[in-house]
Amino acid sequence: MKKVVTIVLVCALALSLAALSGCGGSSDQVTLRVYNWGVNIADGSDDYIDVIELFEEAYPEIDVIYDTYETNEALYTRLAGGGVSYDVIIPSDYMIARMIREDMLLPLNFDNIPNYDLVDDTFKNQSYDPNNEYSVPYTWGTVGIIYNTKYVDEADIGGWDLLWNEKYADRIVMIDNSRDAFAIAEAMLGYSLNTEDPDEIQAAADLLAEQLPILQSYQMDDMYNLMENEEAWIAPYYAGDAMLMMDENPDLAFYLPEDQTFNVFIDAMCIPASAENKEEAELFINFLCEPEISGGNMDYIGYGTPVSAAKEYMDPEMANNPVAYPDEETLARGEAFVALSDEAQQLMDNLFNEVKAGLA
Amino acid sequence: MKSKFLAGPYMAWMAIFTVVPLVMVAYFAFTANDGSFTLENFVNASEYLPIFLRSIWYALAACVICLFVGYPVAYVIARSTSNVRRVLYLLVTLPMCMSFLLRTLALVSLVRDTGIINNFLGIFGIGPLPLIRNTGSVIMGMVYNYLPYMIMPLYTVIVKLDPRLVEAAQDLGCDSLQTFRRVILPLSVPGIVSGITMVFVPAVSTFYISQRLGSTDNVMVGDIIERQFKGSYNQNLGAAMSLILMVLVFISIGLMNRFTDDEEVSTI
Repeated sequence: MKKVVTIVLVCALALSLAALSGCGGSSDQVTLRVYNWGVNIADGSDDYIDVIELFEEAYPEIDVIYDTYETNEALYTRLAGGGVSYDVIIPSDYMIARMIREDMLLPLNFDNIPNYDLVDDTFKNQSYDPNNEYSVPYTWGTVGIIYNTKYVDEADIGGWDLLWNEKYADRIVMIDNSRDAFAIAEAMLGYSLNTEDPDEIQAAADLLAEQLPILQSYQMDDMYNLMENEEAWIAPYYAGDAMLMMDENPDLAFYLPEDQTFNVFIDAMCIPASAENKEEAELFINFLCEPEISGGNMDYIGYGTPVSAAKEYMDPEMANNPVAYPDEETLARGEAFVALSDEAQQLMDNLFNEVKAGLA
Repeated sequence: MKSKFLAGPYMAWMAIFTVVPLVMVAYFAFTANDGSFTLENFVNASEYLPIFLRSIWYALAACVICLFVGYPVAYVIARSTSNVRRVLYLLVTLPMCMSFLLRTLALVSLVRDTGIINNFLGIFGIGPLPLIRNTGSVIMGMVYNYLPYMIMPLYTVIVKLDPRLVEAAQDLGCDSLQTFRRVILPLSVPGIVSGITMVFVPAVSTFYISQRLGSTDNVMVGDIIERQFKGSYNQNLGAAMSLILMVLVFISIGLMNRFTDDEEVSTI
């Protein structure tokens, strides 16, 4: 018996040594782990550019591993839970502020990101990163309503109240993350989207609870499928994704509420504290700010580029699209998120869970 | 001595991958975010009592349906000639070669309002039928996914059933219904019990099926637990709910096992 064990152990040792030397042979190859929103980079489909492939061609010594998340909260939970290591993440404004507050991000070395100079000044000195130390803007956009013109009466559109319209019961899909869902209810009630008043948050939760019976479901990335197949007709979602859906199903349309506020967000590239290849991560961030890359990328993902020079490389129809680039007057109604206090965020998350469970 | 030695690797595996995580779940369940001892998680978890009850009732319903659908299938397979049996057995296990997420998604594309079935019926002007987003569709999704776990243990028991006992019952004047009720059914109880356990345990804690096939009022406890870990970063509440669920599952398995032990004693 002992002999068998010895043989097994020797084999195991030999195998692991072989595996180790295998790694050693290609030690100059660096693995860069990128963690981004779902459907948020041009991936070579439909004749668009493949950003990751172009990057790997430009830097053959770097291999990119690309993963996606559905919400800022999922990203936060994954990183805060520990045990994972990513080199580049792309959270939204309020989540960046929260991560800076909790020491979850590394300050960037801007010597490695010369293209930062190309980023428009309007996207610098934002409240989430006041000294421009931790983030480089990737996209900006709005949250509005996407609807199917075949089924939804034009007379009913215009505001957020479409999402509470019983005429479309079971055809409305709601956005499945606490911050965006509460923002819509807060806009309905005329509150600030950054309110920390427990009574106002409670009132927003009550409004969401009122909506629950007419909802088909709460969704994030599955929204694509449901809207394109016309299983659902109405959903609040991000403008860029709305444009991707409109490409697939021409009956879909998008609007921002006329007299109510809505969220304007910036998603920016950051390096989390657990990063293992900071320098390569900075190269990647710099690469995504190249006007040509950014332009080709935005053509696909449909969001606004913070690099104006990129517009030259974009499909002109896209570069002037009112969904991606609403006019100044409309944008003035928008409100950016700031990070809520831990207590307010906790309250919101708990209430959101109760709302979705039908217990609120 | 030798057999104990052979069990060694599994014991080590269990210690690392079963006992340690269990201890961690218990630790999280009894602590607050800052690591101090608290029972608050259980108080908060108790708010979700209606969801716990709902999950149990869905899982029981799925068990009963699986049993009534699965028993005849298992019986037919066990009583076929060996060639037919092999093919039928393969057909039962075939769906398990595919990921459970994929199977559920496939079911969604069949039954949704704009899905294959309703589109087909639409040609004849029927429908769309409400095949999705109700309690029935969630239970159907569980039956669809877990039916093989009912059929396999039933088949294993029935195939080993001594045909001479059936012949004896017939010789002694039982009609076929009596033979089934008084001989075959009692002898297949161990299979029924393990089948029910194997369906009930995954069904009560399932989390994906209700999200895809259910409406907003079919949320199950597995969905709530998943959300604590994935969305709201409240592992402590999630751990407390998992612990409660685990205790419920242990109690039901315990009850079932007593049932089999008694049965075995009485049949011998």
